Order: sequence, then C-alpha cells, then structure tokens
Amino acid sequence: MTTVENARDRLGTPHRRIPVRYVPVLVTLSLVVAMFTAGSLHYPYFGTGQVFLNLFVDNSFLLVAVVGMTFVILTGGIDLSVGSVVALSTLLCAELAGHGWPAYAVFPVVLLVGATLGLAMGSIIHFFEIQPFIVTLAGMFLARGLCYAITVDAISITNPSFTRIAGYSLALPWELFLTMGAVLSLVVVAIGLYFLHLTSFGRTVYAIGGNRQSAVLMGLPVARTEVLVYTISGTCSALGGILLSFYMLSGSGSLAVGMELDAIAAVVIGGTLLTGGTGYLLGSLLGVLVLGLIKTLITFQGTLSSWWTKIVVGLLLLAFILLQRLVFHRQAVSKQ
Amino acid sequence: MSAGLRRLSWPLIAIAALLLVDLFFGHAFFALRMQDGHLYGNLVDILRFGAPPMLVALGMTIVIATGGIDLSVGALVAISGATACVLISDLSNQNSVAGVLGAITVALALTTALGVWNGMLVAVVGIQPIVATLILMVAGRGIAQLITGGQIVTINSSPYNVIGNGYWLALPFALYLVAAMYGLTAALSRRTALGLLIESVGGNAEASRLAGVRSRSLIILAYAFSGLCSGIAGLIVSSGIKGADGNNAGLWFELDAILAVVIGGTALRGGRYFLAGTLVGALLIQTLTTTIYSIGVPPETTLLFKALVVTAVCLAQSPAFRAKLVQPRRRRVSTGDRPPPGAQPPERAVDVPA
Repeated sequence: MTTVENARDRLGTPHRRIPVRYVPVLVTLSLVVAMFTAGSLHYPYFGTGQVFLNLFVDNSFLLVAVVGMTFVILTGGIDLSVGSVVALSTLLCAELAGHGWPAYAVFPVVLLVGATLGLAMGSIIHFFEIQPFIVTLAGMFLARGLCYAITVDAISITNPSFTRIAGYSLALPWELFLTMGAVLSLVVVAIGLYFLHLTSFGRTVYAIGGNRQSAVLMGLPVARTEVLVYTISGTCSALGGILLSFYMLSGSGSLAVGMELDAIAAVVIGGTLLTGGTGYLLGSLLGVLVLGLIKTLITFQGTLSSWWTKIVVGLLLLAFILLQRLVFHRQAVSKQ
Repeated sequence: MSAGLRRLSWPLIAIAALLLVDLFFGHAFFALRMQDGHLYGNLVDILRFGAPPMLVALGMTIVIATGGIDLSVGALVAISGATACVLISDLSNQNSVAGVLGAITVALALTTALGVWNGMLVAVVGIQPIVATLILMVAGRGIAQLITGGQIVTINSSPYNVIGNGYWLALPFALYLVAAMYGLTAALSRRTALGLLIESVGGNAEASRLAGVRSRSLIILAYAFSGLCSGIAGLIVSSGIKGADGNNAGLWFELDAILAVVIGGTALRGGRYFLAGTLVGALLIQTLTTTIYSIGVPPETTLLFKALVVTAVCLAQSPAFRAKLVQPRRRRVSTGDRPPPGAQPPERAVDVPA
C-alpha cells in the first residue's frame, strides 16, 4: 500500500483512478445494488427497508462466522471446521440451557470451547507445519463427532433467559427493526474492521498472506498471529452458533452442515483472494449480502427450487475467481 | 518383508486391531455363510460397502499425486447416480440391457467431462486446485438435484441392480469393478512411464514442463480419471439403493477419500503416490465404520475416531512434528518410529501446493 504500489495499481489507462485491488469489492457492491434493484422492480414488496434489514437478521450467524473466516483466508489458510463448531455451539447452548443454566453463564463456556478448538487447530497448523486444510478437516470431524457424542437428537430451548434475549429487537425509525443477533453480528464486523485495518495485528495478517517468508524475515510475530487467527475463527464460529441457537431456539448436531462452504463462498465473492494477502472484511460483508439476496430472490420468485441457490452460488464463485485471476494476474505480471 | 508391505504396516496393524475389537465384542462378526451361492457376512460387507470409497480414493490418489486435490468427488457421485437413474427411469423397458448400458455410458461421460472441466480450471486457467474443485463441490449437488428434479428417483431395473447388489463367483460384483480399476491403473501407471510422469508433475509442474513433460495434459487427465472413478462409484451407490438421491448420495465422500489417501501414505504435497496404500486406507475406514456399527456405539461417533486418525496420521507424517518430538534416528531399518510411507524430506513447506 505504498505510493509506488498505488501508482502501479491502477487499471490500464492512467486517467482511471480506481486501484485494482478495489475492483472485486466494487463489482460485488454493484452486484448487491443490481440484485436489490432488480428484485424491487420485479416484486411489489421487495423494495422495502425491512427486506434489506432481514438480510442481516436471517444471516447474522453466517456473517459472524465469515468475519473469522476472512481473517483465516487473509493469512492464506482455510477453516473447514466452521459449520461443525457452529453446530456444537448450538447444541451446547441448548444442553446447558436445558440444565437450567442462565444465558449469561452459558455464553462464556460456549465461546471458550470454540476458542479452545481454534487455538488447538492453529497450534497444530503452525507448530507442526501441517496444511490448514487437513487440520481443520480433523477439527470438523471432531466437533461434529462431539455433538453426536452428546446427543443425536435436536433439543429445543425453553429456558426463559434465552427466549427473552431472543425476543429483543432494536426498533428503528419507519417501523423497521433489527434483531439482537443482527445487531451483534454488525458489532462483530465493526470490531473485525478495527483489528484488521487499524492495528499491527491486522497488518501482520496481510503480511503473512502476502508472503510468509518475508513476514518471518521481517521479524513479525508470525507464530502468534497465525495461531490467533484460527482462535478468532473458532470464537466467531462459537458466537455464530449462539446466534443460530437464538434464531432457531433449538440446538442440534445436524445444523449448519456445509456452512463452511457458504462462508468460504461469501469471502471469495467478497473479493478476497484464497491465496491470502488481498481482500477486505467489508467485501465479505457484501458477499454475505449477495448470498442472502440469492435466497431472498428465490423465495420471492416462488417457483424456482432451492437447489438453484447452490448452482447460482457455484456460478458466482466461478465468475469471481476468474475475475480475480484476470485482475491480479495483470498485477503479478507488472510486478515481475 | 518387502518395502511395500513395510510401508503398509501401520494401517494393516490398525485394521488387525479393529478386527480384534470385533472379535471381543461379537463372535458372530467373522461368521461367513453361503446362501444361494453368495457369500454373506460382516467381512464381505466391509468389502462391499467399501467399494465406492475405494474407487473415489483411487481417483483422488492420482489427483493428489499431481499436487492437486479434488473436492468435487462427492458431488460427482451424486451427479452420476442421478443421471443414470433418470435415464433408466425414462426407458420403456427398464430391464433392457442396451438401455442400461447407454445410461451408464452417458453418466460416466458426464462425470469424466466434469473432471476435465476441473482439470482445465487447474491446468489451463491456473486456479488453485482447492478453489477450482470447490466450485463444482458447491454447484454439483445443485446440478444433481436439478437432474432428478429434487425427487428421489427410484428405479427397478435388473441389469442396473447387478452393479451394486449383484454377485459373481460368490463375491459382490462391485468388488470386481474395484479390482479391475486398481489393476488397470497399476498396470498403466507402473508398467509404463505414466506414473513417473505424473509424479514429476506433482513434484514440480513447471520444471516438468520445461523438461518436456506435458504437464497440462497430465493434470487434466488426472482430474478426468478422478471424475470417471467418482462416476463408477456413483453407479454402485445408486444401484445399491435402487435410486438416486441428489442430496445425500456421496455425502462426505471427498473427506473419506482424502483420509484414505493420507492414511495410505500418499503425501498431500504431491509428487509420490501409493495405490496399495490407498486401498488399505479405504479398507481401514470401512472396517472402522462397520466395527462401530457392530459394537453398538452410535454410528455418528465414527467422526470422532476419524478425527483422531487424521490427526495422528498427519502428525506422524509431519517432518516438523518428528523433528520436535521424536529423536531423529538415522538407522533406516528401525521399526518403531520409522518415517511413515511417503514421508517427505524434511524441507519446510511454505505454501500450499498449487
């Protein structure tokens, strides 16, 4: 992000002033705007503020998990355990609430479990130099297996301290509202933005993803940062699980199957390079909105079946990966 | 003991240990009985239900040998079954052998073509394998459901039924398919230079290309082969349940296949592969699953055991782990903490193989 780089960053012609690294995020932003506009023009009740806010309400847990995933992917890693840690957290919430634990006592325990899992995975990845892919795969098996070791059934949450919090919502002007979960997820995004862009920890995350060896040679705290990134992802997944348990008011080991794929898709659609080092947390937020909009559009359309979601998400993944290839390939060539 | 057997000693010991557990928990576990000229029993079941994972793992081994990975295999299993079943259910006579063969050909051609697509993304466009195959992993299940129209298509076709439920010379027919594919692959890759070339691409694709190896074609070939193997596995799965389930067929296959390859001693970094190891790895996973069913633990807890196995195997293969925790020994024949099969020279890997 030096001036030299900025000068090279620009798109082909010199009078255009958009740095290349913003292009994928801007494409995602225009996609969100285009999808929302198209929906509003087509369906009479689509173009309301509440439909837009519901994107946050219905995807709050995904958004929180995506924040953690963005940190991991920015270092060039990947976390496949997200979905099962979310499921484990919902189950823990439901199980502990069923034993009469009040909500404020449950949360620290659940967050601690998620953080510990993340810490363990991060340590194995860093200190034993095993690929993140396979370590988090083991973590995925472990968390799901723990769920089923607790119980194979779904438990519904009736604990009053939980149902009361689940009922909270933030009233906004014009009769709009956001649920507790949506507000919390936006707070997490804000915290993530702070750490990623305004602290030396965030700079180190980008540095590791950009070039690990350089980061080591520069004396950056690579070990601490890498382990911490997976710990953050584990904690975010646990918080996502808590939000999901509020949203569903139940916990089960078979919830959130394949959610890690949604999270990865959101990060990629948000313009983050899966090799690490390039990308923005706000892009990931937009990625979640794109996924949410696809689902909302398919619901409004009514006749399209749910599997079209998967196909459209796959096509979007392809489009964005090709776009990144195009944009960043040119950059890489010019650097050489 | 030959070098091959020695490399396989750990997974083989694990299988033996599992079978020992079975011996304690249920004496009937090893019972084999002949009925109508067919062999039945838990041991036969391990082989029979292990057939689809063994095939998928075979394709995965070749892809991993080129330094890649194929996450789309589970979705391809679903697509192949869906295509074959939909085509057969449209036949006026579901028992026509020609019609069934036609459906099988179309299904296998489709999954092979999708494998070529994966290979093109990796070799021509230059996308990381994990990402390139992730696309089809996400979209593939949607495609399978699109083909079946979201329904579970059931069929009643006796020629198709042979693939998953048929017997030949007392053994399940699917086993012969597995044996044929493994035999063919071993012959093609070890009796010709093909295996060497694949390993050289996995070692360093760019250096191989400069040395005159056609890296791109070989990578595309590897993914196409993986697609074909997944396609055959999909036929066995759908024939076994006499129908196609776009949502659940082949679920978690990619993970089991990667696990089998890793257990078998093929390093995820590429450049080496070991077909017999993969076969034993897949058998180990299936033995574990069958054992857990037979001793009455909830089957879902298999995942816990798998997590432990993956972690243990990966730690054992990690040069950093051995350097930190195990005394480095130079004697090649020490049996205790011998580097497991396919162990890499202790160089520090910095980035994911592309």
